[in-house]
Amino acid sequence: MLMTPEPQTAAPLYAERVKIYPKRAKGTFRTLKWAVMAVTLGIYYVMPWLRWDRGAYLPDQAVLIDFPSRRFFFFFIEIWPQEFYYVTGLLVLAALALFLVTSLAGRVWCGYTCPQTVWTDLMIAVERFWQGDRNARLRLDKHPRSFETIWRKSATHLSWLAIAIATGGAFVFYFADAPTLAGQLLSLDAPLVAYVFVALFTATTYVLGGLAREQVCIYMCPWPRIQGAMFDRDSLLITYREWRGEPRGPHKHGESWTGRGDCIDCHQCVAVCPTGIDIRNGPQLECIQCALCIDACNEIMDKVERPRGLIAYDTLRNLEAAGKDEVSIRVWRPRTILYAAAIAVVGAIMLAALVSRPILEMNVLHDRNPLYVRLSDGGIRNGYTVKLLNKQYEPHAFRVSIAGLPAGTLSVIGLEHQPTPVVTVPPDAVYAMRLYVSLDKAGAAALPEEAVEFAVVVTDVATGAVTEHSATFQGPER
Amino acid sequence: MAHKKYDEVTGTETTGHEWDGIEELNKPLPKWWLWTFYATIIWAIGYWLLMPAWPLVASYTKGWLGYSQRERVTGQVDQAKAAQAVFRQRIATSELETISTDPELLRFALAGGEAAFGDNCAPCHGRGAQGFPGYPNLRDDSWLWGGSLEAIHKTIAHGVRSTDPNTHGGQMPAFGGLLTSPQLSDVTDYVLSLSGTKADAEAVARGGKIFADNCAACHGADGRGNQQMGAANLGDELWLYGGDRAVVMQTIRNGRGGMMPAWQGRLDPETIKQLAIYVHSLGGGE
Repeated sequence: MLMTPEPQTAAPLYAERVKIYPKRAKGTFRTLKWAVMAVTLGIYYVMPWLRWDRGAYLPDQAVLIDFPSRRFFFFFIEIWPQEFYYVTGLLVLAALALFLVTSLAGRVWCGYTCPQTVWTDLMIAVERFWQGDRNARLRLDKHPRSFETIWRKSATHLSWLAIAIATGGAFVFYFADAPTLAGQLLSLDAPLVAYVFVALFTATTYVLGGLAREQVCIYMCPWPRIQGAMFDRDSLLITYREWRGEPRGPHKHGESWTGRGDCIDCHQCVAVCPTGIDIRNGPQLECIQCALCIDACNEIMDKVERPRGLIAYDTLRNLEAAGKDEVSIRVWRPRTILYAAAIAVVGAIMLAALVSRPILEMNVLHDRNPLYVRLSDGGIRNGYTVKLLNKQYEPHAFRVSIAGLPAGTLSVIGLEHQPTPVVTVPPDAVYAMRLYVSLDKAGAAALPEEAVEFAVVVTDVATGAVTEHSATFQGPER
Repeated sequence: MAHKKYDEVTGTETTGHEWDGIEELNKPLPKWWLWTFYATIIWAIGYWLLMPAWPLVASYTKGWLGYSQRERVTGQVDQAKAAQAVFRQRIATSELETISTDPELLRFALAGGEAAFGDNCAPCHGRGAQGFPGYPNLRDDSWLWGGSLEAIHKTIAHGVRSTDPNTHGGQMPAFGGLLTSPQLSDVTDYVLSLSGTKADAEAVARGGKIFADNCAACHGADGRGNQQMGAANLGDELWLYGGDRAVVMQTIRNGRGGMMPAWQGRLDPETIKQLAIYVHSLGGGE
């Protein structure tokens, strides 16, 4: 990316990729990143194998996106297709959390938890295992045809492929019973779509994590372009403290530090950078703020016996103060308060919706054509389609009745012979029935208005729980 | 680009392109992206060869793979029909009464019946089976030819005044030539009185005698109709052609004889059974 202006010829419009050989860093942030990697990858690979008992009728996989029956299971939460707003709310929360974290401490998401970063980090660790650290890898690339280079690179790519296959394999387990599908995949009995998605995710993991790496962050991802709107002068960003480091230059042991900066121009911050930039040039689009340069620089500062933190999480406001007066970090600013408040509000709405989620939902649809039927005795009848959504994990029987229409009589198609119709709804299912409500001639004449509100009532036979839904009885035009 | 140009602020070389004084910095795109672009072009050419792509005057390029969305839909419809086969088989071998009491079969029959009704019956009886003057409302509880499952099934299968040998036949004759105008007027008053409409008492008395002589054979002495002959019940509050005095008189004067085609032969037996179940479920089934 960095341009080296040549005086005679114009720079080309397309550039070769400059290969990066990230050096291994050691320190607080590297340790933190290993921990985050272990947790995130652990969650990703292990999650589909967790079990969650939902009784005899429903899958026992803790996290399952069940396309055939159109359900999303997440531990104790089960979402039906029409409840997709829970997922929308979750995405809104995720976006707001991203905004909040970014305004507080920069690209934390990019640097620590983005799958692209995590898998790239893993792929680089594998590469380092087979080929050695930065210098060893540089040496191998100088002899591309040597036996050593070839076998070490082959081992690297095979390991990458193995990781990629495991990644693709884990992905499909979220969409079917994991143990069953694992057996099917191995015995080649799995549905074609499973193999297609394993192949797709194997390819993307191998290409994006192993081969493309920082190219994804720099050229494909929109977030680096958006992030500029998320920072302000009080955001904690990975910062080279120019006021302390400059003027930079090599330093020999025992020389005086007066009249010069702490930066000894050792380029360790550049060597460890996974996107190959020089943080000393200030905030850059390419910087994913992984903090590895902080670790690298701190190690050097310890060696030359200067204080740590030449590169550190710092704010632009502090940078402008140039260390003359230490400005405290302003965590609570209008923007962070706004984001935090929005998270609280959306979270509260989500929680309230989830807690009050009914275990039985009822819909009553009045026939539109015709609105009412005149009977031979001069009475009036209305037809309804009643849908019961039993969200419990057991079949339940419900008694159907009406309230608020004293003269009305009720009949359910298929259950005409039952004086009080009882319907049994299978677990986790929708049950639709046709319901007719009739008034005789006197009842119809006594209707106070052309259309009268009443309620369809279903009573759980086992528990006695009552659910009501309002409906309209329509009489002739007046 | 003979001369290299540099942006004054950043010192970055520009591409030399300028729009209203704004110049484009040269930030070279990686070459792999250019190759990706070429790859998409090659993909497109491959797609044109393999898949249906280009419209021609009367046709289109079919593609070497011979893929067709229409054939795919046809295949899916066949699959769905195959999946329904087991239910259709059970419908075919079950009595109507059995179907209407088996929840699983009932659901299947209602869904299939509703679809078949929309395709075949709605043009006359209306999408909601609410009927029109002359075309019976199938949701009410008044039936010319009977409202039991069997009776409805027979009417659908053989029709009314159709070409089917087992069709419901007979028709109401035109009394315009048999009765005088005053007689027609009197009997109209009598018919209206049967369902409680107020009419001139003397006319009703005269009309009652005419009714007994001419109408009671089919409509019954009490005017309650006869489902064997398709004679309407004149004592209820429902009118097939309308209950205005003028319309009733017109009916008596000119007679009525609406027809319904026989669906046996046009629809398969299972569909006719489904239709019978569906129509019976509309609210008026006896």
